[in-house]
Amino acid sequence: MAEGDRAAPVAARGVRRSTIAIWQVAVGVSALALWETLVSARLLDPFFVSQPTEIARRVAAWSGDGTIWLHLATTLEESLLGLLIGSALGIALGFWFGRSPALAMVFDPYIKMLNAVPRIVLAPLFLLWFGLGIWSKVALAVTLVFFIMFFSTYQGVRDADRVLIDNVRMLGASQRQLVRHVLVPSALTWIFSSLQASLGFAMVGAVVGEYLGSTRGLGYVISQAEGTFDTTGVFAGMTVLAIVVVLISAAVSRLERWLLAWKQ
Amino acid sequence: MTALEFDRVSRQFTAPDGREYRALDDISFTVPAGAFVAVVGPSGCGKSTLLNLAAGLLLPSAGVVRGQDGTLTGLNRHATYMFQQDALLPWKTARDNVALGLILAGASRADARAHADRWLARVGLAAFGSHYPSQLSGGMRKRAAMAQHWIIDRSLLLMDEPFSALDVHTRLSMEGELLALWESADASGAAKKTVVFVTHDLEEAIALADEVVVLSAGPAARVVARHPVPLGRPRDLMELRTAPAFVDLHRALWVVLREEVKRSQRAAEPTRG
Repeated sequence: MAEGDRAAPVAARGVRRSTIAIWQVAVGVSALALWETLVSARLLDPFFVSQPTEIARRVAAWSGDGTIWLHLATTLEESLLGLLIGSALGIALGFWFGRSPALAMVFDPYIKMLNAVPRIVLAPLFLLWFGLGIWSKVALAVTLVFFIMFFSTYQGVRDADRVLIDNVRMLGASQRQLVRHVLVPSALTWIFSSLQASLGFAMVGAVVGEYLGSTRGLGYVISQAEGTFDTTGVFAGMTVLAIVVVLISAAVSRLERWLLAWKQ
Repeated sequence: MTALEFDRVSRQFTAPDGREYRALDDISFTVPAGAFVAVVGPSGCGKSTLLNLAAGLLLPSAGVVRGQDGTLTGLNRHATYMFQQDALLPWKTARDNVALGLILAGASRADARAHADRWLARVGLAAFGSHYPSQLSGGMRKRAAMAQHWIIDRSLLLMDEPFSALDVHTRLSMEGELLALWESADASGAAKKTVVFVTHDLEEAIALADEVVVLSAGPAARVVARHPVPLGRPRDLMELRTAPAFVDLHRALWVVLREEVKRSQRAAEPTRG
């Protein structure tokens, strides 16, 4: 396919991207319309499920008076710190274990044990250790991101194609050059494919941490609203969270497409 | 001068069930510098193991492999190795793949790329320097791989069934280009490279080589025949296969190879009763 005769952007099975986008919007709009109608017709009680227009009004009010920005900024700060620290630790350890199989075998059961711990039970401990500020939330995000990144990197380094390695060695590569030209790029494809998941988990860690004890952040907003049976506030908090995650994911996808251009 | 020598070389592997598996048994032959030697044998006879030993990627269990500088104890620094599988780095463009060997040796990026572009042109890929391997056809990837290995100018070129995955016509043209590259060293006054070319295809072996070495069926493969190829150079691969000398040699060697192919097929069949 060296001719590069690419037709209009086409997704799986020949459906046009634009058609898919139209359907995506249609699904969202009709779900919201159904929700709105059911509540307006009093078939659903707004006390329990609120109402899309109410939620939109609340989100608008929050962004209008600026209260939401501080909370959003806090959550984003915690998530990004969690993502950065968790990725750095996961990638470093993944690389190290990937290069020394004996070490990996020794630590294997412990890694699996730690990974099996439900993170939510750690949250109170982190509150105790790191206080009510952002660091207890960052720690929770790190425990989630670390394992995803660790396993991807480990896999990426170990699965680096034997033939590619031998070929580059025959071309004269030193150990360092081998890492740079083969092992890192090979692991990068794995790392990037797990970046989306890591980002989502970093946000989950931050929000859950805030929810269980904090004075700022979207998790705090949601938990306050729940405390007063303010369902509109709960849904509005979730909406803000969802919008932010979608926007960041789109940015990550773009970055991924650019960095992994050779895969297409 | 000898470019490569196998001196009573054996190589064993430990199978996953703990049993010893002997791939090569007591192999001895020499490859003179500048010669094109083809090694044929049935599949699974240890041909790739032989090349891995010549490359220094593997060390023999017994015996000695000698390169240009004497006994090999690690990678053979005079050799380059074209693998059967695609070995271009998928995350580098064709140009950067071809330039890789020069970059690894410390050349500047600009110099290496300029040199790589000349090589891409030589193998007919001038317009494809910016393509990634996934955007090239199988034949194009092989051309790029040839350029990647020829550019670093080692004296010994090891090739492991490099064209076996290609269709017949692409294969014929690649074989022609390989011979043209190899023979062109003469014209430019440079020393001719030594080529050890492994294949399971007897016709390909005779068409390309100065000498054909036949290995027996594995396990414990041995050298069962060695035969010089009495054909002149340069060779016209399109016409060669009907030449009487070609046909005679093919018949003589096929008698030997046929028995080994039969043995390897019997060995591969599940044992009954």
